[in-house]
Amino acid sequence: MLELQQVTAGYGAFTALWDVSLRVAQGEAVAVVGPNGAGKTTLLRAISGLIAPRAGRIALEGAELAGRPAYEIVAHGIAHVPEGRRLFPRLTVGENLKMGAFLPRARAHFRESLDRVYELFPVLAERQAQRAGSLSGGEQQMLAVGRALMSRPKLILLDEPSMGLAPVMVLRLFGLISRVREVGVTILIVEQNVRQVLKLVDRAYLLEVGRIKIEGRAADLAEQDFIRQAYVGL
Amino acid sequence: MLDPIFILEAVVNGILLGGVLALLALGLNLIFGVIDIVWIAYVDLVTLCMYGVYFLVSLYGWPLWLAGLAGIGIGALLGVLVHLLIITPILSSPPVNQLLATGGLLFFIQSVATLLWSTDHRSVRVSLPTLEVGGIFISFTRLLAFVLAILAMIALYLFLTRTYTGTAIRAVSQDREAITLMGARPQRLYLVTSAVGGAMAGVAGALLIIQYAVHPYFGSAFGPLTFMICVLGGLGNMVGTFAAAFIMAQVISVGGVLVSTEMGYVIAFVIFIVLMFVRPGGIFARRA
Repeated sequence: MLELQQVTAGYGAFTALWDVSLRVAQGEAVAVVGPNGAGKTTLLRAISGLIAPRAGRIALEGAELAGRPAYEIVAHGIAHVPEGRRLFPRLTVGENLKMGAFLPRARAHFRESLDRVYELFPVLAERQAQRAGSLSGGEQQMLAVGRALMSRPKLILLDEPSMGLAPVMVLRLFGLISRVREVGVTILIVEQNVRQVLKLVDRAYLLEVGRIKIEGRAADLAEQDFIRQAYVGL
Repeated sequence: MLDPIFILEAVVNGILLGGVLALLALGLNLIFGVIDIVWIAYVDLVTLCMYGVYFLVSLYGWPLWLAGLAGIGIGALLGVLVHLLIITPILSSPPVNQLLATGGLLFFIQSVATLLWSTDHRSVRVSLPTLEVGGIFISFTRLLAFVLAILAMIALYLFLTRTYTGTAIRAVSQDREAITLMGARPQRLYLVTSAVGGAMAGVAGALLIIQYAVHPYFGSAFGPLTFMICVLGGLGNMVGTFAAAFIMAQVISVGGVLVSTEMGYVIAFVIFIVLMFVRPGGIFARRA
């Protein structure tokens, strides 16, 4: 479904990603793990069009997307939940969700999408008239995911959804993300919380200083000694 | 001692003046809040719209209501032109350059208007009766302008809160990058904002030309007042701006009756300067 071939990207003179190739199949959940500064956020920003890759190909269902602006890429069916959530803090929960359905195709299904999001995250329905900035961290993350779902994406990119959340909340959130998957949305997730994310996904890539080190089934990776030592903390 | 009826009349007139001032300040503050550039020449766009309505009525014999609607269109068009020709190239320039550019536009408009139409004062004669309610005299023209200004502000409010584009305009001012992830194009939202802000200038122009004579420096009379209201209400704060317009209109109107018309403005500006020291973020700024 999504295929990256030798993507190189960065900011100014700094190159954060080198020759990264990866693929995500329809219906799959894939994680990219790795330490701080490995280039995980840059990878998602290149896919969603927030930055243009310097080289390489990015294709969704065969359509070449590399270098296209973000507002076109979302119309192709990729929704990005960025690092730090990036909600519109002074808009209400309902208005944030409405912005998620900004595209004409999404507008036509607004009611239906909204019901689906409220069913997944009932707390958002309770808080719909509240300003997004007044929500708790966990609720904000749910809203960020819900807003992305409002565009009716085929693929959702999640950047560190567990960041800043209490451990209990992280568990709950991962439970909700697996429900998003059941709705039929393909997932590419970037996480530092390696142990938990490996339970959530089918496959994972390890990214280190901008390069893919290894790739494999989540269960196999979790068994590998160096991952356990370096990231899982066992 | 002044007869209380005069003060009451001044209060009513202040409310009526506040409506048009609020409209002006909201148009300017909408653009500032979203695009983060102050259009110094905003009220001079209002002047151009007043000329537009004036010429359509006096030269071409259009009915006033139709010329007024055309004035709104002229305003929206001017807003788009200002955005494309002047604002777009300087979007990421230092604020000083942006002020110089939109300030330069002010002198350009005033000079071109003087060149084309001389410094004559021109007005559209509207002979509407004066109403008398319980001993207070109210100009029907002013009342009409007030009602229409309120309607225009309600329309603006509904646009910004009920429509996708209006909500996106509020969103882009909060996170320019995140709105692109929703599929919206910031440049387009800016253009729509400028058109709407320009249309508000058009409405104000149509409402002012039935009350005042237009001349090339008309903007100099209302411009500083409009900025003062925006700053008092809080730049980008629409509700604060609305309230500040009515407060300042009362100061001018009641102060004008109690002391003298000129002193009304002096008092307003003194209050403004004092408040800038006490509450630099505007009277309705949330405490940090």
